[in-house]
Amino acid sequence: MDSPELEIVKRTAALARLEITDAEARTLAPQFARILAQFQVLTSVDVEGVEPMTGATRLADVTRADEPRASLPRAATLANAPDERDGFYGVPKTIGGGS
Amino acid sequence: MSTAAAGVVSGQTGTRWIPVIGLEVHCQLDTRTKLFCGCEYSFGAEPNTITCPVCTAQPGALPVLNSAALEYAVRAALALNADVAPVSKFDRKNYFYCDLPKGYQISQFDLPYCTGGGIQLASGKFIRLTRIHMEEDAGKAIHDRGDATLVDLNRAGVPLIESVTEADMCSADEAHEYLTALKEIFQYIGVSDCDMEKGSLRCDVNVSVHPEGEPWRTKVEVKNLNSFRNVRASIQYEIARQIEAYETGDPAQYPEQETRLFDVAAGVTRTMRSKEDAHDYRYFPDPDLPLVTVDAVLIERQRGLLPELPVARRARYESELGLSAYDAGVMTAARDVADFFETVVRVGGDPKAAANWIANDVLRALSDPDVAASSILELLVKPNDLAELIALVGDGTVSKNAGREVLDEMLRSGARAKDVVQAMGLEQVQDTSQIDEWCRAALAGREATVADVRAGNLKAIGALMGPVMQASKGSADPQLVRAALLRIIGEEG
Ligand SMILES: [Zn+2]
Repeated sequence: MDSPELEIVKRTAALARLEITDAEARTLAPQFARILAQFQVLTSVDVEGVEPMTGATRLADVTRADEPRASLPRAATLANAPDERDGFYGVPKTIGGGS
Repeated sequence: MSTAAAGVVSGQTGTRWIPVIGLEVHCQLDTRTKLFCGCEYSFGAEPNTITCPVCTAQPGALPVLNSAALEYAVRAALALNADVAPVSKFDRKNYFYCDLPKGYQISQFDLPYCTGGGIQLASGKFIRLTRIHMEEDAGKAIHDRGDATLVDLNRAGVPLIESVTEADMCSADEAHEYLTALKEIFQYIGVSDCDMEKGSLRCDVNVSVHPEGEPWRTKVEVKNLNSFRNVRASIQYEIARQIEAYETGDPAQYPEQETRLFDVAAGVTRTMRSKEDAHDYRYFPDPDLPLVTVDAVLIERQRGLLPELPVARRARYESELGLSAYDAGVMTAARDVADFFETVVRVGGDPKAAANWIANDVLRALSDPDVAASSILELLVKPNDLAELIALVGDGTVSKNAGREVLDEMLRSGARAKDVVQAMGLEQVQDTSQIDEWCRAALAGREATVADVRAGNLKAIGALMGPVMQASKGSADPQLVRAALLRIIGEEG
C-alpha cells in the first residue's frame, strides 16, 4: 500500500497525463507533502464572516458585441500541427475519452 | 413486464419498479459568433476553417464573453421561469481530450447563471430544473477514417446552455415530453434551432430504478443521445436492463454507477467508463474571465422579447378558437406555423378549417420537391391567400376536393385562390335549374333505384349522385345535387 503522499503524486500525474517512474514518484512524494503542509497554514486563518473570493479579478461586465471577426486561414493554424490530414488535425486514435 | 401509470410491474416477481430519470440537455445558442471569440460558426463548413487563436488555445489568447450569448441564455432562463443570478462566474473544467484544445472547457460550476424553474407536463406534473449554465462546446473528433483520429475545431467555443433537471421523471414518455417541450420553448424564443441532426441539441440521461416504497438505487448515466427516438429507446432499455439485473438477486450483477453509451444499431447501452475511471475535473475559477453580472435592465429587456409560449398558445387555441387538443398541438409545435395559423384566423379564416388545411395540406407541401420551401414562411401561399381559399370552400364556390387542387396550384405558382378557381373552371355549379336538368336525366332509366329510395333506403341516393356528378364533370355542388334528387323523387312519387 502506497503512502497517501505517493497516492497523490501518482493520481496527479495520471490526471496531468505525465508518465513518471516509481522512483520519481518516491522522490516527489515527500516534496508534495512539504508543499501541501505549507498550504495547510492557510487553514489556520479565521475566515468567519468573510465572503468567499469568486475570482482573481474585480472586473465585471467585460463583454463584446456579437460581431464576427475574421477567422484564421486554415493553412496558418494547421501549419503548427505535427500531423495534418485533409484539413483535419491528425492525432493518435483516441476513442471515448471526451467529457 | 407491463408499464402502469406509475412504474413497471415485473412479470416475474410482481414487484412494481419505479424508474427515476433526470435529463441534462445541451443546447447550442444561435448567436453569430462563438462564446469567447469572434469566429462565425456555421454547421457543415470545411474543417478547421472557423478557428482563431482563442478557440484553438494559442498561448496568450484571451477569451471575451459574447454579450448576445448571455442575453440568449437569460431569455431561456426566463422562459423556463427560472431565477437568474445577479452574479455568476466561469470555471475551468479540466480534462484531456483531442477535441478540447485548451485542456479545459470553460463552463460554470458552483455559481451558474441560472437556478430553478422547470416545465409542466400535460398531466400537470412539474419537472423541476436544478440549474442552467453556460459553457463552450468542444470540437469534433472523427474516428472512422483511417488509422488516426481526425480533429475539427470549428465547433470548439460555440456557446451552449446546459439545463439539468431534478430526477423528476419516471418514464421514457415523460422524458420525451419534457424534451419536446424544452425544444419547442427554445425554438419559440429564438435562442436555438435545437436541430438534433446538426448536434445543436444533445441529451444525457440519468436512470435508476427501485421497488415502490424503497429508497433510490444506483443511477446510470447514458451519454450523447442525438435523437428523440434514441432518448426514448435508451431509457426504455436501461429500465428493463436494470430491473432484470436486480431480479437476478445476485448483487454481483446489480447495476453499477457508470457512464454508458447508446449503441443505436444494436438498440442497447454499453459501458463507456466505470466509476473508477470517472473524471476528476478539478474545477476552479477561470482567471481569464471576470464575474458575469446580470442587471434588472438586461432581464427586463429579455423578458420583453418573450413571445407567448407554446403551452399558453395551445390552451388559448383550444378555449378561444375551439380547436381540438390534437389540432392545437400541431398548430403550436413550431412558432412559424402558429404565427401563420393566427394570421389566417385574424384575416377571417375559420379556425377549425384553417387548422385542417394547414395540418393536412400546407405542412405536407413542405416535403413536396415541386414546392421547394423548407419552412412555412417560404411558401408562395401567404396567410391571406389561404383565408381566401377557406372562404371559397366555406361558401360552396368550390368543393373541398377542388379546393385541394386549387391549393396545389397556388403553392406552385403563387396565384390567388379566386384566379385559380376561374382559370381551372372549378367553380361549383349552383344554378339549380341546371342541376335539376342533370338530375332528371340521371333518374331516367333508373326506376329500380328510385323505388329503393322511395321505400326509405336513403343510401341508394349515392348510386344516383354518381351519374349527376359525372354529367356535370364534377362541377355540381354535391349538397345541392342531393337535395335536388330527393326533391324530384318526392315530387314525382
Ligand atoms: Zn475563434
